[in-house]
This record gives sequence, C-alpha cells and structure tokens, in this order.
Amino acid sequence: MTQHTRVASTPAGTPTDVTQGSRTRGGIGESTLRPDGTLKVTGEFAYSSDMWHEDMLWGQILRSTVAHAEIVSIDTSEALAQAGVYAVLTYEDLPTEVRNYGLEIQDTPVLANGVVRHHGEPVALVAADHPETARRAAAKIKVEYRELPVVTDEASAVAEDAPLLHPGRDDHHVGHVPHPNIVHRQPIVRGDADAAAARADVVVSGEYTFGMQDQAFLGPESGLAVPAEDGGVDLYVATQWLHSDLRQIAPVLGLPEEKVRMTLSGVGGAFGGREDLSMQIHACLLALRTGKPVKIVYNRFESFFGHVHRHPAKLWYEHGATRDGKLTHMRCRIVLDGGAYASASPAVVGNASSLSVGPYVVDDVDIEAIALYTNNPPCGAMRGFGAVQACFAYEAQMDKLAAALDMDPVALRQLNAMEQGTLLPTGQPVDSPAPVAELLRRVKSRPLPPERQWETTEGADVRALPGGLSNTTHGEGVVRGVGYAVGIKNVGFSEGFDDYSTAKVRMEVVGGEPVATVHTAMAEVGQGGITVHAQIARTELGVTQVTINPADTQVGSAGSTSASRQTYVTGGAVRNSCELVRDKVLEIGRRRFGSYHPAWATAELLLEGGKVVTDGGEVLADLAEVLQDEVVEVEAEWRHRPTEAFDLRTGQGNGHVQYSFAAHRAVVEVDTELGLVKVIELACAQDVGKALNPLSVIGQIQGGTTQGLGVAVMEEIIVDPKTAKVRNPSFTDYLIPTILDTPTIPVDVLELADEHAPYGLRGIGEAPTLSSTPAVLAAIRNATGLELNRTPVRPEHLTGT
Amino acid sequence: MDFLRPASWEEALAAKAEHPTAVPIAGGTDVMVEINFDHRRPEYLLDLNRIGDLTEWEVGGESVRLGASVPYTAIMESLRTELPGLALASHTVASPQIRNRGGVGGNLGTASPAGDAHPALLAAGAEVEAESVRGSRMIPIDAFYTGVKRNALAPDELIRAVHIRKADGPQQYSKVGTRNAMVIAVCAFGLALHPESRTVRTGIGSAAPTPVRAEAAEDFLNAALEEGGFWESGKIITPSVAKQFAELASGACNPIDDVRGTARYRRHAVGIMARRTLGWTWEQYRGTARTLEGAA
Repeated sequence: MTQHTRVASTPAGTPTDVTQGSRTRGGIGESTLRPDGTLKVTGEFAYSSDMWHEDMLWGQILRSTVAHAEIVSIDTSEALAQAGVYAVLTYEDLPTEVRNYGLEIQDTPVLANGVVRHHGEPVALVAADHPETARRAAAKIKVEYRELPVVTDEASAVAEDAPLLHPGRDDHHVGHVPHPNIVHRQPIVRGDADAAAARADVVVSGEYTFGMQDQAFLGPESGLAVPAEDGGVDLYVATQWLHSDLRQIAPVLGLPEEKVRMTLSGVGGAFGGREDLSMQIHACLLALRTGKPVKIVYNRFESFFGHVHRHPAKLWYEHGATRDGKLTHMRCRIVLDGGAYASASPAVVGNASSLSVGPYVVDDVDIEAIALYTNNPPCGAMRGFGAVQACFAYEAQMDKLAAALDMDPVALRQLNAMEQGTLLPTGQPVDSPAPVAELLRRVKSRPLPPERQWETTEGADVRALPGGLSNTTHGEGVVRGVGYAVGIKNVGFSEGFDDYSTAKVRMEVVGGEPVATVHTAMAEVGQGGITVHAQIARTELGVTQVTINPADTQVGSAGSTSASRQTYVTGGAVRNSCELVRDKVLEIGRRRFGSYHPAWATAELLLEGGKVVTDGGEVLADLAEVLQDEVVEVEAEWRHRPTEAFDLRTGQGNGHVQYSFAAHRAVVEVDTELGLVKVIELACAQDVGKALNPLSVIGQIQGGTTQGLGVAVMEEIIVDPKTAKVRNPSFTDYLIPTILDTPTIPVDVLELADEHAPYGLRGIGEAPTLSSTPAVLAAIRNATGLELNRTPVRPEHLTGT
Repeated sequence: MDFLRPASWEEALAAKAEHPTAVPIAGGTDVMVEINFDHRRPEYLLDLNRIGDLTEWEVGGESVRLGASVPYTAIMESLRTELPGLALASHTVASPQIRNRGGVGGNLGTASPAGDAHPALLAAGAEVEAESVRGSRMIPIDAFYTGVKRNALAPDELIRAVHIRKADGPQQYSKVGTRNAMVIAVCAFGLALHPESRTVRTGIGSAAPTPVRAEAAEDFLNAALEEGGFWESGKIITPSVAKQFAELASGACNPIDDVRGTARYRRHAVGIMARRTLGWTWEQYRGTARTLEGAA
C-alpha cells in the first residue's frame, strides 16, 4: 500500500552533495528504526509521569470553576491545616514582580490575580506528601467568585459594553488592532479585488465554521522539580521547547537562567499542546518553597484545561472565476478565537492570512484575519495552525466554484494551481518546487477502492460499514462519496523571527572505533528527530556509532519542535556542526599524514565507513588513526534564511522560508439515514523534498492524515456558549479516531528538492493535517449532497436533527 | 476508603448487610472510572473478585443463568446461540480489555441508561437474581430500572446472576455512537422475535431516563403480525407496518440533549434502528437470509 516515488527527471537546483557517507550504513535516506519505538509499544518507555524522587512531594493545582469572575476571597486555612500538606500558594505568594508569562505576549498570570478569565484557570497550588492528600487539600481551599459577563465570540468581544479581557494592554499589537479584545489583525491587500470581481463570470461565497480541536497527545502534562543546593532548581519535564520555557520560568522564580537547569523527560506527544507552559513554574515554585522535590502530573481531565487548543474559527470567503475556470479574485475574513490569553494567536493570524488563498494563483485579493480575546479556553499552537482552518474553507470554496462552473473539482484546482515562481498574496515568490497539480494528479489517478466491500458470502461484514460492530446497518442507507483537497503550509518560524538551532557534535575514538556524540536541546516529542540526528551524523562523519545525549539547557536552544521545523533547522544545525567537526578532523589528518599522500592537499575528502576517503573512493587513513586520542568538539548555531515581517496595512513581505504541500483523496461511505460516516480510504500525495527516514515520513503523513480525519468527523471540545465552560473534558466524550475509524492511507511520496534546505528536505509534519479534513468533508458532501459548512460533521448535521 | 475482600458469597452478603453503603466492584470498569474522576468516594469498596462462582454460567432448558461477573468476552465467545442479542451488545462494549473485565452484573448495578446490555436484556426477557442475608428473590427486568442510575435493589442486596430467556427466534442489537468503536451509546435498540409466543420484544438504551421497552410499538406490531398471519406465512412485513413500528419506537423515547447528541437525533435514530432490526430479524425468521448476525 505504500509507494515511494522518486520523480524521474531531477529538477534544477537539486543538491548534488547528498551522496556524502552513502557507504556508511544507517545514514540519511534509510529507514533506521527509532530507539523509542519498541519501548513505547511494549509499555516500557519512561514518560515524564513515571519519574520518582526520594522524599518527593506531589503538587496539585486548584482551577477555576467558572469562566469569568472576580475573585472576592481565597481562604487556604483549612487546606494548610491538613496533615501532610507542606505548602499552599496563591498569587500573593509569588516571589517576584514578574507574575505573568507568555510565548509572545506576557499576559498569562502564573496564578489568578483577582480575576479568572477562563474555565480551569490556575488559582492556587498545593504540595503534599501524597497525591490524594494534595487533591483533598486543594478541594478545601475556599474561593469566592463574583461572576462577570462572558465574552464568547466576535459579537460579544467587540460589543459596545464588552468587558475588556486585558485592560491596559501594552503589547506590540495593541497599536494596530481595532479593539482591545482583538489580539492581532493582519490584513493582506494585493491587486484590486473589486476590479477583478467585475471580470468574474461566477462568484461563490460561503461562511465556514471550524470547531475547537484538542491535541490529545499521549502522556498528560507532568514534570519533576528538584531544588538544588545552589538555590536553583533542576526541572525534568515533557515539553516542546526547553529554552522558551526557561526564558519564561526563570524571571518568575527570580533566578538567573543558569540556575534553572532543564532536562527533557519522556514525552508522549505534543502537536503544539506543549509549546506553552503548563506545570513548569508551579512545580518549581512549590519545590523552592518547600525545599523538596515536587512532582506534578495532570490526569486527562486536567490536561484538557492545562494546555491550549486549536483555534476555532469562523471564515467568510468569496471567490470569483471566469467561465473557463480561472480564478479572478478572492476575499476572505477569518476570525480566530484565541480564548483568554494570547499564546500563539499572533502567529496563527499571520499563517491564516498569508496562506488564506491556499496553493493557488490569485493576483487580486482582499484578506483580513483576526484573533479574539474571549473567555473561552485559550487557544494556541496545534499542528498546521492557521493554515488548517483556512484550508478547510478555501477547499470547500473550490468545490463550490467547480459546481457553479460545472467543472471537475480536480481540474479546477489544477488549472489554478500554484507552481514554482508563483507570488503569494504577500508578494513573496515561491522559490522552490510547488508540485500542486502533480500531487492532485497522483491521488486522482489511484484506483478507487472496490465498492460494497462489506458484502461477503456470509452476509454483511459490519466492520466494513459505517457504525462498525455497533451493527447499525447492513448496507441500508449507505452511499459512497469521493472528495479531494490540497493545501499549503509554511515550514519554520516566519515573519522575521530569528529561527535558529544549536548543535554540539563531538568525535573521538572509543575502543578503537571512531564514534560521534550529538547534543542538542531539541525536544523529541515522537517525531523521530533523534533518529534523524544519528542518521545525519553517520552520513556526515562516516561513523556507525552515534550517541544522542539527552536534551537539556546545558547546550544552546534548538527552537521549538513545531512548525514542521526540527528536521530542517536542528537537522541543519547537526549537519553544520558535523561539517565543522569534519573540517577539524581533516585538519588533524593533514597535520599527521599530509606529507604521505598528495590527495590530502588536493582532493575533496570525505569521511565514510570509518575512514578518510577521496571523492574518487581512495582510502587515505582510518579515522581512528587520524584522531588517536584527540577529541574534536564543536557547538554551533545554524539558522535558515531570514524572513521579514508582514506589513501591518498591506500584508506584503517575504514572511515565509519554505512550504510543504500535500493532497488527499477521501473515499467515504455515509449511512445517510443515521448520519454515520466511515472513511474507507484517505490517499495522500506529498512532496517531502528529501525523505531522510522514509518510514518516519510515512508515519508522519499517516498520523497527520488521521488527526485531520478526527476533526472532520468527531473531534471537538464543546464549550457552552452561555457559560464558556468546557462540557466534554474527557476521552469518554472528546472522541479521537480508533484504529477502526482509521482507513487505509496509501502514501505517495515525491522528493523534489528545495535547494535552500539541508539535503533538499521539506518539513513534513503538518501539511497532511491540512488537506485531510476538507477532503473528508468534500467526500461527505459528495455522498449526501448537503452543504456542510462546519467541521466536525455530526450525525445531526447529516440527518437534519 | 475501606476495601472489603470477602472470600465467599456468604461473606459478601454479610459484608453488604453490615455496610449497606459499600459499593460492589467486580471488573471495575464503571466504579474505577467514577473514582478516578472523583465523581464518587465510597466509604467501602466490596471486591467480588474472589468469588469464582460469579464468573460461571449455566445453560438451562428455558434460560441461561449468567453469573454477575461473566465477562462480555465470554458472552461473545460462548453464548452466541443462546443469547444472540446480548452477544451483539457485548461486541459494542468499549475495548477488548474492558470486555475482558466487565460483565452484565456491573451494567445492572450501575443502571445507567447508556449501559450496553440493557436493551438486549429487555428484548430477550430476563430476571435479576438478587440476594441478601435475608434471602434471594427474582426481579423481572421490566421492574429493575427505577430511575437515572437507580435500580430495584435493596441496600443490602447484591446481584448474583441474571437469568436470560434463551432465544427462541432471531435477535438483533444496534447502537449508535459517533465513532466506529469504543464509544458510549448515543442511543441503542434491541429487538427479539419470540416465535413460540408470537411476540416481539424491544429495548431502548440512552433515549430515556432508564432503559425502556417500546411497548406501544410492540403491541402494535404483535397485533399487526397476528392479524396479517405473518408468523404462519413468513411473508415480508408490509412497509407501512414497519414504518408505523419505527414511529412508535421513536415515540417511546424520552431523550435529552447532551454533548453526545440531540434529543431529536436520538428519536430519529431509534426509529431507523427499530425498522432495520425488525427487517433483519424477520429476514432471519423467514429463513431466506444468510447469517446476518452482524458481528464477524
């Protein structure tokens, strides 16, 4: 079911230096196995929640039971009086004047300061000698709330009498937003949409709603803070970006950064949900207060309140086209609900606006994206942010336009598909391959799965039908539908962010063998980064044995494990440091052996199979002989090409560094009477530039595809519109796909190199999450004939009930 | 919380008599969830896992005496012929791990309207064998569910077994959830044909405060089948009869709107399931259909 396709003709700009180390096993391009794989499958992997320390206390967070209220009083006396309780902390106990944190805007209180702005906001902390004691003590803290009106959507956010979520804002966005309950606004104006609209033969518009998705990662938030003798603290935690955490934690504790030593512990998954802080500061505060190690572990219920979610969105779109199907213009307005605190909202706005056109050529656009402050749960980073919501809407529009033009929806997309050189609405040219039409061709040309696969000689096999073993249909009411979608995601941090990573690489001889050690602060959250780092080191240094040191803050920042950026940026940093190590090793070689062979001075030298060889393949020396007892070590930063901010009025600017493209074809079967959906097949074609580890690439694409399927048919955090309280904070009622909901996912991998990126690779983790959702929606529309302008689709929407 | 571990049934009854607030725990698939979510902190937990008797079953002439702790997996594997409706219902319970632990006694003890076994028990016909130090009694399933998560057990009583009438005709069970496995019922429907008594019985889950039978629908269908001579002729049920049956089944619902679904959808879906399960069982009865057990 899996195919790896290498395009026949190598396009211009393909890097030629990727053969380095091809004779060393386990290098790039091989599907080396991940070291954590077997451990996770057998249940032996040590997650951050498995940590234990002698004399350890357990931390518990008391969270608000209402979404918006003044705190009239907090009485901690009963909790403090309970035996086994070591500390109870509230806002008043915070040790320094820095009492807020945040990724970009420091608007999030460590503990509520007289007001709570969302359901589940941390109000007080307890440390006790047993988790049950801590839980009971937290329940004994008496908090008196005076409830305030809630802001839950755009209308209530900008109403004349709207309560201001953050009065007295002084962040760098407040100057250009039309209302203080709007975090950030990014318009993009290019060409003349009005004039272009006059040329349109057909205009379609629609309003679309995207529900709030949860990352639902394995391993709820947890960590262990151990107070140190020097007055500092050692924090072991599952996170996505150690140095970003550190920058936010240290000032609140009143410690210099070097006294907060962070080490990554076992992470189950992240998908953006660990980019913001959760229990980090809380555990450190309790540890420093009590002088004892403090562990905090959320359960799944608390986890739903303990991290940001995907921004729900309302999207209004208008597209025009000439009769022959050429897009004339696009207008859109995207309203993202950021919830109570800013988190990554500004970047989500930047992505949503700059990628709102999708992978299409449209010269005349009028775009606006905003993120709101509301009393809903805070929303921030999640796989594909901003681009995911937009893709859902523009792909629905493309189908609507195709119907209005009586055109094939794939043909319409191909006719307008972007290619290398196309200008984005921001005016930035796409300067690497953009095989949008080809990806669509590939998913479309794949044979369709056979119809009525549930029919057997024994009767209906319900496992192949909507409802599965719940036995709701034996074929009655079941209609098949097919849908297509394609998307574009930026890779790496955009809009002028200094996006760099640091890698320390050491080479030495151990037991007669040359070995390499790679040390970065990259958070391995399941994406397979450490596997790839070892592959890169083998390829570049010609060694077999590579040790990956644990990620910690004793080495420079690796940036976030998000935005599909780690293989590109930290992978690039590892390669760069390896190259610097290689240069030093060759220098030693020249010093020792240069006089014995002229090739030391004249040839291009490589490290392969534990030896120094010429580019012609001649062996000059064993690495062990070259190095002897010398240790070569380099720590260096590496950054991708710089980007620039978008103009605040026109949205123009070279804001992005790279793009990732994927297309899907969804085949669904819908029980139209009961409104139940079974996705039969979800075929994906994606350009990955260069598959450093083909098996991991397939895994990422299948995982992303499934996460997109989830928000198409089941995943949604339901927030009560009257109270702004979360109604389904559990895996009983927040449903994610099981294996019986996950279809066959055939993957067609293209490798069109991006000449600007290491090895020509593209970040791949997010793109499949974009197009999966609209493809499933398109297929359901195709099966039912319904408009379906919101996701996820519920049985009620399909049955009009 | 005290953890009571009786070694025998008699000890269990004595413990329950002494501590009527004790919560019995067998598979723990309901109780542990409630404890973990802090919805419930019972003073005493009464562990029934040492009483091997509870995991046994006997197939008699008329009925199956199913021990309260017989896991769903055993029902699926060993009692498909005798209890086809309950076997189908068992397939829809959570995950394989939960089905290895959970049993019908727990479903009855919790008496949630969403319990998967209830519609199958109502449709098949069953009696709950309840016992206390005072003695043993049989509670008809129709009288067992008394309110939301409430049942007819006295505080000192434990469920020892449930006696389920052996199938004398085809049975079907359908459950709607918003994913294809591991899901709490949005609503469910069980239907059993009883050719010996020429009656049809039904059960509805998750669409009223308690599991209920669609009695008006049953009465209508029983009369229509009798009048039309359907039992003798085995002819196809007239679509208008099936439609009316479905509407009456819908009408038997008294559902609520919640995060899992709307009341309107539940009514609608119960009607669809009623019509379909009637069609499937009747086809089986007519003997024209190949095995349509639904579960592979």
